[in-house]
Amino acid sequence: MTSAMTSTTAPIIDIRNLSKSFGETEVLRDVSLSVRPSEVVVIIGPSGSGKSTLLRCCNALEVPQKGAITVCETELVRDGVVLPEKQLNALRTQVGMVFQSFNLFPHLSVLHNVTVGPRMLSGQSRDEAEARAMELLEKVGLANKATAHPAQLSGGQKQRVAIARALAMKPRVMLFDEPTSALDPELVGEVLGVMKTLAEEGMTMLIVTHEMSFARDVADRVLVMDGEIIEEGPPSEIFLSPQHARTQNFLKSVLTRS
Amino acid sequence: MNLDFSPVWQGWPYLMQGALVTIEVTSSALLLSVSLGLLIGIGRLNPKRRVIYGLASAYVTFIRGTPLLVQLFLLYFGLPQFNIMLPAFVCGTLGLGIYSAAYVSEIVRGAIQSIDHGQVEAARSIGMSSRQAMRVIILPQAALRMIPPFGNEFIALIKNSALVSLLTISDLMHEAQIIISTSYRSLEVYLAVAFIYLILTNAAGFALRLIERRMKAGGILQ
Repeated sequence: MTSAMTSTTAPIIDIRNLSKSFGETEVLRDVSLSVRPSEVVVIIGPSGSGKSTLLRCCNALEVPQKGAITVCETELVRDGVVLPEKQLNALRTQVGMVFQSFNLFPHLSVLHNVTVGPRMLSGQSRDEAEARAMELLEKVGLANKATAHPAQLSGGQKQRVAIARALAMKPRVMLFDEPTSALDPELVGEVLGVMKTLAEEGMTMLIVTHEMSFARDVADRVLVMDGEIIEEGPPSEIFLSPQHARTQNFLKSVLTRS
Repeated sequence: MNLDFSPVWQGWPYLMQGALVTIEVTSSALLLSVSLGLLIGIGRLNPKRRVIYGLASAYVTFIRGTPLLVQLFLLYFGLPQFNIMLPAFVCGTLGLGIYSAAYVSEIVRGAIQSIDHGQVEAARSIGMSSRQAMRVIILPQAALRMIPPFGNEFIALIKNSALVSLLTISDLMHEAQIIISTSYRSLEVYLAVAFIYLILTNAAGFALRLIERRMKAGGILQ
């Protein structure tokens, strides 16, 4: 699965000694992490452990006070200083993001949600962008909903459109911030299915999730976080023989619940 | 009690002329109010932009905190001391527009801030600048939420326009006063004038509801 298509082995995301606080509360402590091309990295951990914050730092939706992040060979942030606005916007087109609450644009049709980025930012013509959008909607199984509005979709459908919207920018890496946490249980599978296909196609992915079986099946590497990275390794190791007591406790609480 | 509406009928053409002037003043003021209010409302979104935020806030504080009549008199009777003599119609329109813009700016700011922050994040995450996100994602959604409070403001503007009669503008109120000054039929004439204002304000409310329905049909749901 990790057969890299790019010749370079430089990481797509390289996080060095990241620290971040909200006011008095320190949410990230000296976190370092590299994601190589085509790698699927899943972050798990208790709520409030800084997983989402770490993910949101990777496209500067949050700005960490200390440490550095390099994304797609460009230094995004170092010690609280973010890339200048123009370069930041350009870099963000290469980093797709999927949110827990979908954040589809409710005033635009499904098709328009997917085309608005490419048409505005990649200078694609309307026909070009729409043809590509239809391909992507086909891929996520929603070509028949192209003219619908987000309010007419189920949660699972919304999230699949959101994935298509992110893919339309042809990102080199995708960030998933608890993409199934807001979904009814019966709708989780359709979203995870799309994500699995992406992983199989070699997309580089950094995923925050509570779906342990998905992590087991799809991840190349699993990170356990609680303010810092407690433990990391292939899913077989993390799930079958976790080394740290905190990991063991967390996994016990999560796995007995389901 | 004897009511005599004959001065109203005799003066009807003048009242209609006055109503037309009221409509002219109000709609010009509305244009100013909306454009200025939009700018000031956006200027008050980000306190970190100190100068713009400070100027916009000072504007809102001053305009909302002083009577419209005083503002109108400042323009019409005050400015000539600087040798700035604007025609009465311009003063009236300007004064009403400036006054109403302060309220419109709060409507604009409230509507924009009511849009879920996830919308900006989604737009920024695909690479839009904050300006592009504002124009394409936030403002269209906020516009729909602005319409109902904006309708109230439009109606207030029409009613407030009666004050420009004091700047010698021959609006509906001014015409009424002329008719009363020769007929002494205050009750009848003011009743008629109130009725005409009522029709104007309701027509405005109706027009806005029509626009709102159009925008919803045009695809802006929620």
